[in-house]
Amino acid sequence: MIEIKGVNKVFYQGEREIKALDDINLSISEGCIYGVIGSSGAGKSTLIRCVNLLERPTQGSVRVDGTELNALSNKELTLARRKIGMIFQHFNLLSSRTVFDNVGLPLELAGVSKQAIKEKVDSLLELVGLAEKKDSYPANLSGGQKQRVAIARALASDPKVLLCDEATSALDPATTQSILDLLRKINKEFNLTILLITHEMAVVKSICSDVAIIGGGKLVEQGPVGDIFAHPKTELARQFIRSTLDLSIPEDYLARLSSTPTEKSYPLVRLEFTGASVDAPIISQVAREFNLDISILSSNMDYVGGIKFGLMLAEFFGTEDATEQAITFLKKSKIEVEVLGYVA
Amino acid sequence: MSLDLVLDWWVNNERLIDLLVTALGQTILMVSVAAAIGFIFGIPLGVLLHLTKESGLLSNGRLNKSLGVVVNIGRSIPFIILLVALIPFTRFVVGSSIGTAAAIVPLAIAAIPFIARLVEGALLEVPSGLVEAAQAMGAKPKQIILKVLLPEALPGIINAATITLVTLVGYSAMAGTVGGGGLGDVGIRYGYQRFDAAVMMMTIVILVVLVQVIQTIGDYLVKRVDHR
Repeated sequence: MIEIKGVNKVFYQGEREIKALDDINLSISEGCIYGVIGSSGAGKSTLIRCVNLLERPTQGSVRVDGTELNALSNKELTLARRKIGMIFQHFNLLSSRTVFDNVGLPLELAGVSKQAIKEKVDSLLELVGLAEKKDSYPANLSGGQKQRVAIARALASDPKVLLCDEATSALDPATTQSILDLLRKINKEFNLTILLITHEMAVVKSICSDVAIIGGGKLVEQGPVGDIFAHPKTELARQFIRSTLDLSIPEDYLARLSSTPTEKSYPLVRLEFTGASVDAPIISQVAREFNLDISILSSNMDYVGGIKFGLMLAEFFGTEDATEQAITFLKKSKIEVEVLGYVA
Repeated sequence: MSLDLVLDWWVNNERLIDLLVTALGQTILMVSVAAAIGFIFGIPLGVLLHLTKESGLLSNGRLNKSLGVVVNIGRSIPFIILLVALIPFTRFVVGSSIGTAAAIVPLAIAAIPFIARLVEGALLEVPSGLVEAAQAMGAKPKQIILKVLLPEALPGIINAATITLVTLVGYSAMAGTVGGGGLGDVGIRYGYQRFDAAVMMMTIVILVVLVQVIQTIGDYLVKRVDHR
């Protein structure tokens, strides 16, 4: 549905040349929800804006639904854009128009009759659950409601593709979840292809089927979400995966932590389970086999695309020998073990 | 100058009251017609200034620069000088260089660049994301101007209208120079040149009320259309 081939984008800041996108190749098939994740400044915003040519690539080809956008005249491009919906981080609703008139705007631009607009807009507001707000102005809506209006507006001209530019980044977690649920719903209902960019791995994890990781203007890794979570090949991918888990050591443990073992101190370890880890009840196995008591401080296990992964902080209570054997065993089971220090 | 004096004067000066009423009419006529013409030309000019900016919708650096220079020249000439300098043009347009109609020409000319800059400022306050959203949904440039930029800038444009009207009321005081009449003219001739403090006072009071009314209506309208 979306084919991005050899796309480069160079910005000039005075004399300086800034490569925002460096040879991006991306193929997004119809009906899937594709996530592009990157930190701020990685080029992901530029990338999504290249898909509807809000930003013209310096080089490369962008095809949406078989049409090479770069080859279109301005007039044709304007028409082609009507089949590509877009929603934004800051919603970009017109403050001078009511919810109804905001959603109807794309149809108004296309010269659709008043009666047809009314039918379409009413059904869309029903879909996003804001039928009773149709005469309100955006200023009187919450962030989540504004994004629902923006989604309804993006769907008004029956697009085949929906671009989401950090659509949930200005929303709180609960609202983010409800917007993601809505996106999943319209993806299923209209077989809509969704390309979303975000800096939150949690968003990718919750709705995307495929993901690409972008850093420094380059796509460093891409594939099905499950695969990326299971076998992250790059440090960047690993970082993003870890960011969804992020376990920190509690304050009082940190105070009692020393880097060298003493008598009566026990190791504090961080276990990292990845897709490669042996899928077995490993903790109780270790406890039984090495006569070790394991106290879990905190743990965050998750399940994405058929892959179990997670982080765990735990104290191992046992003899020095037993601890060492246990760690060797865990490592053999493809669990990454790091001894963070010794707690007295 | 006490209240009694004003009342006393009011009763004994029917002719002067007629004069003030006529003058008020002239002021309102001059200001409203000049403002109307000013907006007809000033709004498109302001829109053009905004659109041709670097990163604007129809970015055109050279056009933007030249328009900017023209507007700045228009704004830098003191009105009293513009009034006199435009006499040949005025005569060409209205057939005479004296009278109320003749005063409207320089007032309108002075209003155009003034309004253009105010409108440009109002458009600047429209978040660029809205234009982007409109582009993304396939809006043509004309549609972006008429359906996004101008409606979104409407509170600012009404505010600009209020400022323009008040400024034109001030400028119209100089219209007497070309026999345009108006309240300011009455104030200068009777109050300043004839030392008639009562007339001076009356014109000032009427002008103050006029400006208050304009501002109040302007503020009300801004509040009505502002949903930000």
